[in-house]
Parts: sequence; structure tokens; C-alpha cells
Amino acid sequence: MMEPIRDAAAARGLPITVCGIDMVFGGRGTPVQALAAVSLEIAAGSFCSILGPSGCGKSTLMMLVAGLYRPTEGHIAIGGKRLDGCYTDAGIVFQTDVLLPWLSVLDNVLMPARVKRLDMAWARSRAGDLLGQVGLSGFEARYPGELSGGMRQRVAICRALLSDPPILLMDEPFGALDALTREKMQTDLNRIWADDVKTVMLITHDIEEAVLLSDEVIVMSPRPGRILQRFPIALSQPRSPEIRRNPAFHHIVDEIRDLFRATGVL
Amino acid sequence: MAQRQAPSDLTAAASARAGRRRLSIVGQLWDGLLIAGAFVGLIVLWQIATTAFAIPSYILPSPLEIIAAIAGDWLRLLQNALVTFGEAAAGFAISIVVGIPLGVLIIYSKWLQRILYPLLVASQSIPKVALAPIFVVWFGFGPLPKVLIAFSIAFFAIVVNTVVGLSRTPPEMIHLMRSLGARPMQIFFRVRVPMAMPYIFAGIKISAAFSVVGAIVGEFIAASSGLGYLQLVADNNFQIPLLFGILVLLSVMGAVLYYIVVLIEWIALPPPLRSTDTGQGHGTL
Repeated sequence: MMEPIRDAAAARGLPITVCGIDMVFGGRGTPVQALAAVSLEIAAGSFCSILGPSGCGKSTLMMLVAGLYRPTEGHIAIGGKRLDGCYTDAGIVFQTDVLLPWLSVLDNVLMPARVKRLDMAWARSRAGDLLGQVGLSGFEARYPGELSGGMRQRVAICRALLSDPPILLMDEPFGALDALTREKMQTDLNRIWADDVKTVMLITHDIEEAVLLSDEVIVMSPRPGRILQRFPIALSQPRSPEIRRNPAFHHIVDEIRDLFRATGVL
Repeated sequence: MAQRQAPSDLTAAASARAGRRRLSIVGQLWDGLLIAGAFVGLIVLWQIATTAFAIPSYILPSPLEIIAAIAGDWLRLLQNALVTFGEAAAGFAISIVVGIPLGVLIIYSKWLQRILYPLLVASQSIPKVALAPIFVVWFGFGPLPKVLIAFSIAFFAIVVNTVVGLSRTPPEMIHLMRSLGARPMQIFFRVRVPMAMPYIFAGIKISAAFSVVGAIVGEFIAASSGLGYLQLVADNNFQIPLLFGILVLLSVMGAVLYYIVVLIEWIALPPPLRSTDTGQGHGTL
């Protein structure tokens, strides 16, 4: 596995270890195996994408890392500590923004601080900074219903980053956005991450998005989800949108596409 | 570069939205005026029609005759209206006090959800109006059976809307709260209850109107006071304008209860949660 091309001392965040995970959903019907023998390691401060077709259990994997599901077999460790229950220090972004519609933009961003009883003066100034970074200064008093989908998702990202979490988990955060907004948000996310490095686990089914943003792309098979192959992305960080013109970028995208074709996904 | 463009785009989008909102306030006023105009027009038309076609007042009294009937009997009307209002308000209050907690219990208890809730829904096929004579047999001729009938008609809308509202929280929102270390009580009060508010208030508004229906039905069966009772008396005495006058008072009563709820909603809830703005609500009579 390659090292991210950055000053190691600047790297923050915690490593994520996924060790021999099997996940079977029971219920009353026939059990469904979502994940089979999944093991992976995400280095502290690196950006890792989990790429796979829909229904491959990649969202389940994120829920397991967040400690919101318990694995049938195997374990998860964050920063070397085994998870037992919810991991409460992660920032999470879902495909839908899940903002609370009755709270202003600012209060939505501050929500984690209220639940966790953080110092509010500090939280306020950080919320202001974060909103500024995503171009939402001046929108603090608006309700989410007054914003566009892309703006709401930016607010959701600010909320996830508020408590300065050591790991950031994102489940198809740009999946519901139009193509142009998505491209803009990808650039913004890369910049935010490069400014203040955390461990990021991004769940996506968008090959180019995964390659564009990640230090490493982990490709998964259809159900039951297994790791097919890992692709270290040796392009320098931070990445500008111009990287889409780089032949090396396309080489990796094509390689992953070929892999999907070989396994019948495409 | 794209970064520098963004804020102006965003501002444009937001001001367009704000503009639409301002327009909608003007639009609401305009709609209100139109409705009031149509209402007044209808009454004028009614007055003209009754005079022009010489419709006898025992078939359809004119609006002026109805007003005269109300004015001529105002004290008796007021006294009886207060009786009915008291019964309806009591039935309405009990509906809220029983309906909301019952909805919460149904959401949080698998057993209640699987056994009580289907029974409750099935019970709605009973025309509750037909329960009135039974309630009189059980609870006598006082205000109690009227309050109970009002309650039995009004509370279901609150239960259903509470259940629907509380189940509207997206699972991701609950996951997010749990991942922040929120306790179940925090999730309930910070997320699920506010999320359910538009539905609960919609249910309360439906139940406000239904509770008046319940009180009247109770008075039809057996009573010695109240507007329902007075309607029977007026009917027997062939005082048709008075009958219509009582109808007017009953409409006013339903509207008063309804707008009290609207007022509380406006004071208590931020705009995105007001059911008036979100248009929620389910009810059956």
C-alpha cells in the first residue's frame, strides 16, 4: 500500500481497521449475506473510497465502521481500539442531507455540539469558519427548505466536520446532486480534506469520483460484498479538476471499468 | 476559480426563493380576499334569491331573517352555546391528552402496534354517531355522554396523525443522532417529536371540528340544554330561521376551536413545522 503524498507530521485522524467481517441480515425471511470476509486497513489521514455496484454492501460496511450495525463475524477497530457499540467521534454524511428542517443552517451545523455538550463559543466560531469554507456565509439564519440540494449537502458536510472528528464517513454524499454541482462539491471536498487532513471513507458507485478524490480505491463485488481489488492512486494531492485530463487518471478509471466488466457488473 | 463564482450563484438562488416567499404572502392575502368576497357574494345572492322567488322562510329563511332570529334570542342561544362549547372543548381536550400519548405508545411498543393499532383502525368502521344512544344508556343524561361522544369521534385523528408523524423520521436521521452519542430520549425530543409536529397539529385541527359534531350528536339523543337540544326545540316549534341561526353559531364554534389551534401552532412552532404551511393531515368521521 502506498503512503499518501503528504507530510506525515501533518496527517491527523485515526486509522480504520476492518478485520474479517461477515455480515448476515437475518429477519424472518431467508438470511441475506451482505458482506463476506471483508478486511481492509485505511491509514490515518488517508482518503479511501469503497467502490461497488448498488447492493454490494458498501453502505453496510460504512454503518459497521460507524458502529451502528454489529458485524455477524469479525471486528472493526478505530485508532487501534476495537469497536463495541456506536463510534461517537465520526463525522457522517449520508446521500440525503438529513438536516432538521425546523432549525436554521447555523443551528443544524451546531447540532452535534449541542448533543455532545461541547463548548458553544468554540463551536460557533468553528461553524462560521466551516460555512465560510463552503461558500455559505450569510446563510446562517436560513432554513434548509430555502436552500438548493447542493447547498443543503454542504451544510450537512459542515455539520459532520463541526466537532473536528478524526474520521469522516460519507455514504454517496453527492449521489443525489446534479452533475455540475457534484463536480464542484468533489473539488470542494478535496480542498477541505487537503487543508485539514482526516481519515475519510467514501462510499460511492462513481468510478471517476473515487479515482479523483482518493489515495486508494477499494473495489467490491456484487452481493455478497467481497473486496475484489485495491487500487492505490499515485496522483499528487490536493487534486485539481484538471486531473481529469491526466492520462494516468484515465488509465486507472479504465482499469477499474475493466474489472467491473470482467466480473459481470458492467 | 469555480470557488469565486459560487457565492454569487448561491445568493441568486436564495434571493429568488425569498422573492417567491414574499409573493406567496401577497398571494395568500389575495386568496383570502377572494374567499371572503365569494362568501359575501354568496350571502347576497341568497338574500336576493329568497326575496326574488318569494321562498317561504319555513323552507329557506333569508340571511336577514336568520340574523334577526339570532338577535331576538341571543341570551338563550349564548347560554346553550356555552353548554355545547364546554362539552366539545372537554371532549377535544381529552382527545389531545389521550390521543398523543397513545400514538407515542403505539410507535414505541411492538405489541400495541401489532394488536391495538389494527383494532383501533378497524373500530373506525363503526359509525360513532350510532354509539350515542348506547352512551346515553351507560352514562345518563348529563354532559358526560356528550363529552365521551365528542372524544370518541375526535381522538382517532390525533392518534393516527401522531403515529404517522412519529414514523416520518428518516432512519438516517436516527443513525446520525446515535452516532453523535444521543440517548433515545434525546432522539425522541430533539428529532422525532419536532418531525411529527406538523402531523400532530393537523390531527388536532381535524379533531377540533369533529368534537363539535360529537357534542351535537349527543345532545340530539338526550339533553335538556345545548345547541343540539335547542335545534330539536326549534324544529318542533317550526322556528326555521332559529334552526339556521344555530347552524351559524355551530360553524362559528368549530372555526373558533380551529383557529385557537392555528394560533397556538403559529406561536409554538417555527415556520417549517406549521401544518398550515406543509398541508398534512388524515381524518375520518
